[in-house]
Amino acid sequence: MKSAALWLGVLFAALLFGMPSLHLYERDSFVALFLSHAGIVAVAMVAASIVGIAAAVFVTRPAGRDFRTIADTLATIGQTFPPAAVLALAVPALGFGPRPTIVALFLYGLLPILGNAIAGLETVPASVRDAAAGMGMSAWRILTRVELPLAAPVILAGIRVAVTIGIGTATIGSTVGALTLGTPIFDGIGGNKMGFVVQGAVLVALFAIVTDLAFERLEARLRPPSSR
Amino acid sequence: MIEIDRVSKAYEGRAVVDDLSLAVPNGAFCVLLGPSGCGKSTTLRMINRLVAADSGTIHIDGEDVAALPVAALRRRIGYAIQSTGLFPHWRVEDNIATVPRLLGWPRDKVEARVVELLALFRLDPETYRRKYPHELSGGEQQRVGVARALASDPDLLLMDEPFAAVDPITRDALQGEIARIHKATGKTIVFVTHDIEEALRLATDIAILDRGRLAQFAAPLDLLEHPASDFVREFVGTQGIGLKLLSVRTVRDRMRPGETAEGEPVAADAPLRDALSLMTSRHATVLPVAEDGRVVGTIALADLVR
Repeated sequence: MKSAALWLGVLFAALLFGMPSLHLYERDSFVALFLSHAGIVAVAMVAASIVGIAAAVFVTRPAGRDFRTIADTLATIGQTFPPAAVLALAVPALGFGPRPTIVALFLYGLLPILGNAIAGLETVPASVRDAAAGMGMSAWRILTRVELPLAAPVILAGIRVAVTIGIGTATIGSTVGALTLGTPIFDGIGGNKMGFVVQGAVLVALFAIVTDLAFERLEARLRPPSSR
Repeated sequence: MIEIDRVSKAYEGRAVVDDLSLAVPNGAFCVLLGPSGCGKSTTLRMINRLVAADSGTIHIDGEDVAALPVAALRRRIGYAIQSTGLFPHWRVEDNIATVPRLLGWPRDKVEARVVELLALFRLDPETYRRKYPHELSGGEQQRVGVARALASDPDLLLMDEPFAAVDPITRDALQGEIARIHKATGKTIVFVTHDIEEALRLATDIAILDRGRLAQFAAPLDLLEHPASDFVREFVGTQGIGLKLLSVRTVRDRMRPGETAEGEPVAADAPLRDALSLMTSRHATVLPVAEDGRVVGTIALADLVR
């Protein structure tokens, strides 16, 4: 597992730097496209993680329990709304460039992150919370020292799904002016150049796979020493 | 001294604890006993304010618990529960150190206390301190749970059916340990159980609760000999009442001082039940009685039924 992530990462880097020597797609550098692509995904996912985890914490507190269904519903709507439609709607408001894509990815990523964060927090045994409160730990301390660490592997699994999907979905941002590894794909489709399409598609796929494997390793590390 | 004064608690209009008053003297081993749903756990949890009372007051050594900062109140009361509530992602030593660290004890004092407590529960510190809860047996987890409750050396210990989920042999050993610790430390213990045998074995005082009300508050022997109501009589159980009496009276109550007899002695502070058991298994009608390793008298079969 360790070596798979490593070798695929090396392959990805080699293609990123070596592809220009094929003299196919040459309008932008692949490294610049990758950095822009990764930046868009990262901004959207950090935002979705903050909002999703915060919302999950809120609806699993006694005060927020009534909002649980609303949060679920809103996140589901975000997920079912096609990203292409979000882009179309967001462009008039936000203009061309990376911002409509960030909004679309944010909405798309919210459901898996929120859903997993709620599920993760709910796996913390009631007896553990009871004992923690009974010993005089503050609510904040119980959340940060007990609940979130115990829920972390499940929360991270949600982020992993959102990020992996997000890397693929970000490519369509190239249709509204975002620079991503999807840019050569859409140029290739427009100019009938299959080589561009293959170059972009291979890079996007490798990017997603390497990221997924990296998350898998992080998850294994965060998993608590017990599976009780 | 814990004074529970006219405390009530209702959930959705249903009274769980109903106008309950109870005074637990310092150093007592007070068992809250009753069928499930009688309000015993709720009563216990109102002492450390995990449950807020609707009305009434609870004072610990003259201080109203409602007036104390809740975190400070809980940190000075030990709390142990049935399913242990051990933190699965923390090692045994970190679990035990929870309250001392909340109280800001220096590192070496925490460390020394962890070692001391593991030894008190006969868990070898070097073997156990680095383990995670899932690596322990049920009985070991429960020992660590109680050790954690005792970590800051609280004067008061609340225990909510701590031994209900372990097998009978382990439960017997754990009961012996908590009895030993109670005797050695003189701490006040409030202990919830639905098991009459466990209550008779451990308690100095038993409060029997019936649908949120106090049915009787008495010493174990009183409870057996003078049940205050049909409910108490029924709950204590008419079957095997004689054996229950034998298990709350000690050999010392019935021994003949100064006499001697043949054979392995029985301890003076053992329940009469043990003496009966020894007589039966040895086919003997008289046993010597020992205290601190010296024979101080005898007990005969006839003394058991006197």
